[in-house]
Amino acid sequence: MKASTLERLRESAAAEGLLDVAYTSTDSPFGPLLLAQTKRGLVRVGLPNQDAEELLGDLSARVSPRVLEAPAAFDEARRELDLYFERKLERFRLPLDWRLSDGFQLAVQRRIARIPYGRTRTYTEMARSAGNERAVRAAGTACGRNPLPLVVPCHRVLRVGGGLGGYGGGLEMKRGLLELEGVLAAQSS
Amino acid sequence: MTKLPPFQHLIDAHGDEVMAVLRGAVGREGAEDCFQETFLAALRAYPRLGDARNLRGWVITIAHRKAIDHHRARGRRPLPIADVAAIAGAEEAGFEQGRDDGLWAAVGALPPKQRAAVTLRYASDLPHAEIAAALGCSPEAARRSLHEGIKRLRKELA
Repeated sequence: MKASTLERLRESAAAEGLLDVAYTSTDSPFGPLLLAQTKRGLVRVGLPNQDAEELLGDLSARVSPRVLEAPAAFDEARRELDLYFERKLERFRLPLDWRLSDGFQLAVQRRIARIPYGRTRTYTEMARSAGNERAVRAAGTACGRNPLPLVVPCHRVLRVGGGLGGYGGGLEMKRGLLELEGVLAAQSS
Repeated sequence: MTKLPPFQHLIDAHGDEVMAVLRGAVGREGAEDCFQETFLAALRAYPRLGDARNLRGWVITIAHRKAIDHHRARGRRPLPIADVAAIAGAEEAGFEQGRDDGLWAAVGALPPKQRAAVTLRYASDLPHAEIAAALGCSPEAARRSLHEGIKRLRKELA
């Protein structure tokens, strides 16, 4: 199939409102990212060490099976991410679609989205700000299940005492992001 | 019920074959439009599809319906079939090689149901039940159309 054939199909699908989930892959200093969006906004970010096929299968089951690769739909997301990795953007302005989260997890994740660039919070602080100070473990789970890492900066949530805690993209990436934002001193390697 | 894979998988896995089938059925020029209509129709219906086990058969059946619509819209004309992939299956029917042009001209001259049954069976290798589904008739009627079509071709090409 020619690229123009597929491009035409994508355009017709979008025009008819049939493009429920668009996705693309984009480069980052940490490896390829998977980006997925609905008509409402960015719905899922897949980190380099996460299985893209599994993420797409999950979107197919939970959002809609009308999932199409559509690179052109992501010009703005790609632009903002590139600027972020060049330290030229501190706050993402992309519209977000939160439909993959609900309840306490959603409450925690929405608060993570407001942690300023270059600052960190603890899991305990996130639990408290989401309304349940004792739910530290649940706050940790909410970070781990963040469907929109990077854009919703769960890498800025650490353990009390400064331990890194966990990260879906691996601790090396979490450390790298905190170095990029100037929270941690760059390690000489 | 099997889980529906992302629609992109259907395009990646079966898009080339659908295009080959359509080139065989309506010619190179009409194939592009029929391809668009096929995958748009599939995309429209996809979330309601209960069974993900035979996606290939499903999408090829849609392609054949679009090819039939295409011919109906343009009136009955001989089919400009010349695609190697699409005619590969025809040998099974007892046709000799090297007579492809005459064969497909003869297929194109069949009445619509017989023509559709013959191309679905031999160009796309669909079983009778799926041919019936594509034509909107019973498997018995599909078998009969196929049989009549082949009988007529044998006579034409003898």
